[in-house]
Amino acid sequence: MSEVHAEAAVHAHAAPTGFIRKYIFSLDHKVIGIQYYFLALVAVFVGMFLSLLMRIHLVWPMAHLPLLGEIKPETYLTLLTMHGTIMVFFVLTTAPQSGFGNYVLPIQIGAPDMAFPVLNMLSFWTTFLSFVIMLAAFFVEGGAPLHGWTGYAPLSAIPSAGPGQTLGADLWIISIAVFCAASLMGALNFITTTLDLRARGMSLMRLPLTCWSWFITAILGLLAFGVLAAAGILLLLDRNVGTSFFVPGGLVMTGVPVKHQGGSPLLWQHLFWFFGHPEVYIAILPGMGVASQVLSTFSRKPIFGYRAMVYAMLSIGILGFVVWGHHMFMSGMSPYSAFAFSVMTMAIGVPSAIKTFNWLGTIWRGRVRFYTPMLFAIGFVSLFVSGGLSGPFLAQPQLDINLHDTYFVVAHFHLIMGVAAIFGIFAGTYYWFPKMFGRMMNERLGQAHFWLTFIGTYAIFMPMHYLGIAGHPRRYSQLTEVKFLEPLMSLQEFITIAALITIGAQIIFVINLFWSMFKGAKATANPWEATTLEWTVPSPPPHDNFGGRVPVVRHGPYEYAVPGAARDYVMQNEESTVPAHS
Amino acid sequence: MLVVIWLITLVSTYFFYTGQWSPLPLASAHGAAIDKQMALTMVLMGVVFLAAQLGLGLFVWKYRDRSGAPAATYSHGHIGLEWTWTALTAVLFVGLNLMGYNVWAANRIHGAGPNAMQVEVTAVQFTWYFRYPGPDGKFGRVDYQKSDASLGNEGALGLDDTDPASKDDIVAGVLMLPVNKEVDATLRAQDVIHNFNVPAMRVKQDAVPGLMVHTHFTPTQTGDFEVACAELCGLGHYKMRGTVRVVSEQEFNQWMAERQAEKQQQ
Repeated sequence: MSEVHAEAAVHAHAAPTGFIRKYIFSLDHKVIGIQYYFLALVAVFVGMFLSLLMRIHLVWPMAHLPLLGEIKPETYLTLLTMHGTIMVFFVLTTAPQSGFGNYVLPIQIGAPDMAFPVLNMLSFWTTFLSFVIMLAAFFVEGGAPLHGWTGYAPLSAIPSAGPGQTLGADLWIISIAVFCAASLMGALNFITTTLDLRARGMSLMRLPLTCWSWFITAILGLLAFGVLAAAGILLLLDRNVGTSFFVPGGLVMTGVPVKHQGGSPLLWQHLFWFFGHPEVYIAILPGMGVASQVLSTFSRKPIFGYRAMVYAMLSIGILGFVVWGHHMFMSGMSPYSAFAFSVMTMAIGVPSAIKTFNWLGTIWRGRVRFYTPMLFAIGFVSLFVSGGLSGPFLAQPQLDINLHDTYFVVAHFHLIMGVAAIFGIFAGTYYWFPKMFGRMMNERLGQAHFWLTFIGTYAIFMPMHYLGIAGHPRRYSQLTEVKFLEPLMSLQEFITIAALITIGAQIIFVINLFWSMFKGAKATANPWEATTLEWTVPSPPPHDNFGGRVPVVRHGPYEYAVPGAARDYVMQNEESTVPAHS
Repeated sequence: MLVVIWLITLVSTYFFYTGQWSPLPLASAHGAAIDKQMALTMVLMGVVFLAAQLGLGLFVWKYRDRSGAPAATYSHGHIGLEWTWTALTAVLFVGLNLMGYNVWAANRIHGAGPNAMQVEVTAVQFTWYFRYPGPDGKFGRVDYQKSDASLGNEGALGLDDTDPASKDDIVAGVLMLPVNKEVDATLRAQDVIHNFNVPAMRVKQDAVPGLMVHTHFTPTQTGDFEVACAELCGLGHYKMRGTVRVVSEQEFNQWMAERQAEKQQQ
């Protein structure tokens, strides 16, 4: 095949010159990746701000906040609904996959762009629209919904069920449906790009683990978001057209008989969690990819058990679709199916453990360089272990009798899919920032940011396990009404203070990010001495990534400490005779 | 790095170990098996937690890049090790699951015994109603569409007076139970999903509109025990508190007789 990449010609588009085509409605995957990243950055600060208000209300319910006044109990539920929704969709789904995936995937596989650049642009702007609709819910009459990010029917299906359940809830559903459409477009693009646009020599087993993680995540997205979109549309019909998919007959809401009959509240839960469980892997898989990439690079050692890592991610992806029922052990679902879901869920611990062992194996007998990306990758592994090990508690339905809907669950999912995924995003940011912006981030600020965030997140979320074990239900806006909660107040206060400090520490990150963008030291093409293709091109890369040349891949992605090589690493496209086998 | 990871690990483990924050004192018969399975899981996961975190701390310290450190080892892994830890974790996780299966089966798959006392628990935003079938052992018909909270307990449920079975039904705002007698509770909800959660009794089950879900338990201690709704049900979720009052059988029978007498006077 002499004319490497006939496709490349199809996708070659000249670099745009006008500001709007270059930075706003850009077709360049790198610009779109950065757009997604900044959308997520805005969203994460909105989400953190909401959580801060929740934490303050919880321990100082009478506090008068500047501009906002006193937070009411129903406002607390609105805050938690919007915090969860914004974080899950617009941060944890957006930054690791759409942000970094868009920017890095084409370069890592040796492609000039994504397979469908116009679709790519469209999916970003659709996501943006979805975010605007979501935020609009705050400003309509009644405010944003209070039904939680899980939107359980009938609370979510009947407008009279509570304040915020009117127009705000409609906007919430519409926003999510629009988000689903955007994610489906993105998923198609990622899958096609990974399958069709790999450079010559880039076999599947030479793909960096980041690419595997984005590829598998895209497949999960393709299968999961369609279901959520359908569920959302049905819910919208129940609310506005008088259908009864999720509402049974004979109900009375706030003293008024409800005119629905024949629906099932459990149907919503099945549809929601059929999406909702794979969604947690959508959030965390890219983090696993980044952690693998960074751990190998900064341990100066090949990834331990590359194939096992790929198979583990594939197993997590497949098993992720058959465990959704573990969210429903207390729902009234058949206890037999609870047992089946429980076994499957425990089984998913196996590939997760394989990944952890392999990360430890990668560090083992390596030569660890402690740059900020590495700190966050090590932090990721630690958080993944801590958050993962509460899984086998919650996966046992008999223990859910004690733990379901308590702070133990809040601790579990925040550690494993919240903070661990965020650590993946931070690791990715510090790692790829030089490539994206051509400058280095400040190392001292990076280290300070890491230590405060790492200790802070443990101070916030570890005590939540204790609250949960003591039986503290989640989603309680005040602790005053139930007596057994009173002794837990001091622990709640500790968590709030830890949250204030940890969220405050994120200002260091923002300062570092924007300061380095303009004032950071100039980055070379390969500042980390890494091996994958993005480090073979200038920082930042030219419009079509490889300047018209198409790379030929000769080695696996993690050839560090290669005996007989000129340096302690061999780049993927290097014409080196060592290592001979890969 | 070593110091911080080790400190976080040991401090976290210490607080799990001291049991300073522990479940409410047990007040039901089946709860002991749950607590035992919880303790077993805690020990096993605790060991894995300590090993993984302390190992991570140790590795990043021992293999840090410093002058005189040996070069990293060129290794792509070890297939034997992969199989070993895959098998070990599979045995650990699935084994742990199977060990707890009979706890679940006893609680949810097997129903209450034939002599269990019948009660019906109805959840409404943001309160609980408890109904006893009376001497005939049958719950009368209720129609939520006729419910009127201002009429008090029976009226709030929409109890249909024309049904003979409802004549002796007692509806109360507190769940009175005799100690050491098994209870078969039928859970219902009038508006949205709630959860009948009695932490001290290790009881937790959603009350779902349109469904009648059973849960059963045997109180072993007398006294008042709090019910705290454990499924987000709206703005008053945090104050949807109820009370289970466990008394001696004699006291219970006396209370029930008084309520029956009041009911028949009406």
